[in-house]
Amino acid sequence: MNDVTAEELMAITASRLLADHKVVFAGVGMPLLASAVARHRQAPNLTIVLEGGIIGTRLLPGHLPISTNEMRAAYGAQMLTDITDIFLFAQRGYFDYGFLGAAQVDQYGNINTSVIGSVEHPKVRLPGSGGANDIISLCNEIFIVTQHEPRRFVQQVDFITSPGYLSGGDSRETAGLLFGKIGAVVTDLALMDFEPSSRRMRLRGLQAGVTVEHVQRQTGFDLPVTDDLEELAPPSPDELEIYRTLRDGLAVSQPTTPDLTSSATVRPV
Amino acid sequence: MVGGTFREARAEREGTERRVTDKRMTASQAVSLVSDGDHVAIGGTLYSRTPMALVFELLRQRRRHLTLSRPLACYEVELFLATGAVERIVTSWVGIGLPWGLAPIFRHYVESGAVTYEEWSHLAIGLRYKAGAMGVPFLPGLSMLGSDIARTVGLQTVTCPYSGEQLAALPALNPDVTLIHVHRADMFGNVQVDGYRHMDVDMARAARRVIVSAERIVSQEEICAQPSATMLPHFAVDAVVEAPHGAYPHECYGAYEADVDHFDAYVKSIREHGIEAGRRYVEEHVDGNPDFAAFLDRVGPERLTARAAGAEELMPR
Repeated sequence: MNDVTAEELMAITASRLLADHKVVFAGVGMPLLASAVARHRQAPNLTIVLEGGIIGTRLLPGHLPISTNEMRAAYGAQMLTDITDIFLFAQRGYFDYGFLGAAQVDQYGNINTSVIGSVEHPKVRLPGSGGANDIISLCNEIFIVTQHEPRRFVQQVDFITSPGYLSGGDSRETAGLLFGKIGAVVTDLALMDFEPSSRRMRLRGLQAGVTVEHVQRQTGFDLPVTDDLEELAPPSPDELEIYRTLRDGLAVSQPTTPDLTSSATVRPV
Repeated sequence: MVGGTFREARAEREGTERRVTDKRMTASQAVSLVSDGDHVAIGGTLYSRTPMALVFELLRQRRRHLTLSRPLACYEVELFLATGAVERIVTSWVGIGLPWGLAPIFRHYVESGAVTYEEWSHLAIGLRYKAGAMGVPFLPGLSMLGSDIARTVGLQTVTCPYSGEQLAALPALNPDVTLIHVHRADMFGNVQVDGYRHMDVDMARAARRVIVSAERIVSQEEICAQPSATMLPHFAVDAVVEAPHGAYPHECYGAYEADVDHFDAYVKSIREHGIEAGRRYVEEHVDGNPDFAAFLDRVGPERLTARAAGAEELMPR
């Protein structure tokens, strides 16, 4: 596949992790697109929830939301409620999947979106948790989706905004985080999961054409490789078509002949 | 901790009048309920249903030493920072929106230590307002545990007396004044919204005083024709301000979409001129107009109409 962007690769890889008849707590951008692609393919009954109080959103192709708290995110929704209510559904255990991005992620899946440097004397003050801390603490299975760069994949995050497996072993449970697991980390280079007892991140799959050595060079900590390392299938033309139509609307995917019949293939999901 | 104890909040609420009376007033009169040093909660979230007409008036009146709280904060917080109005921000996220990158004025004030950013998780903020609204001193929750945000804000845990489990204890947040923007209100302060409610209900019921701006002032008959849309009853509201397009340039569900071009222009100006651009924004758009309606006149009816049409297209039919 020529000209597949890192974002497309990550979103499509992540979309394949979502099963039918599940509920996914998604953020805007890649997670939302990944969820929408899944609804068009293997998971037509996947319910997408957004923290703005939105349950069962669809998307108007080419009119994607910039925030989880706006009308574009509410398009075609089944229920509109308030923000706290959405997180309480998560705390009750209704949400099968939660999606997160990361400015920094470490070998135990801890995420930092608060501060580069120390919190007392920050080098860069980042926006903060938003709902990320709640999503990783309360959803049943978490997928972290981010670009694979050494500055993001660090031995230890500067600040734990959103707790993964903390210092490994049973430290997550000991801290009072009784529920949820970090299921996978999806990047433009690889698919990773966590070793069941140490809870350290390990390499499980490679994006097409990527080597173990390259992934290791782009990772700021030692990344063990599972015995059954797989090569991930590249995005199919169908997956890319759905993704791009959702993102750009009809005008971009069909630049020369605006053909209304194609709206039948990618309706609001 | 801001806001005093839950006993004081209760005593004050018991002691306030609940007169069924005409509470309509101008934004200027309503915002005079805010004092220097107050904790002001700003309704809506990020760029949705933010009470911008009231925010602009608060900026105009140049209150000082404020604590501001919100679920997620947008560029309005930068305007308070740039004019020296705020000492502490209590929220879970500050930015303008993902395409615009980090908020530069916010970064400057927080990185230099001039202003405190008290970062909680999104649900923690929600449960803090909810505890305040419920009249209890805290609520238990299952997030923030094990994180550095818990450590930084000094979050305490509580042991469940029944199960023995350890839970996060989110302390009640009782704002001095809550500002919210709604679709409809009657003169007594019965208010209705369409669409999602953000954290408006809890942050209003937790507050000592509540100022509401409304797209439309309607008759009590119109409120009573659709009582399930009523978000707050009159006895939980102190002031009602008529403010059509009162969330602009933010969105108001079903009425108008956000004006992202306005954000673009703001961010471009900050990138070029730094913090000074925040002050200039306030001088131009707030101080430079006698009131919010005059600001909207300068925005022009074409832009407002286009955003209303965008909202209409997204509504269920």
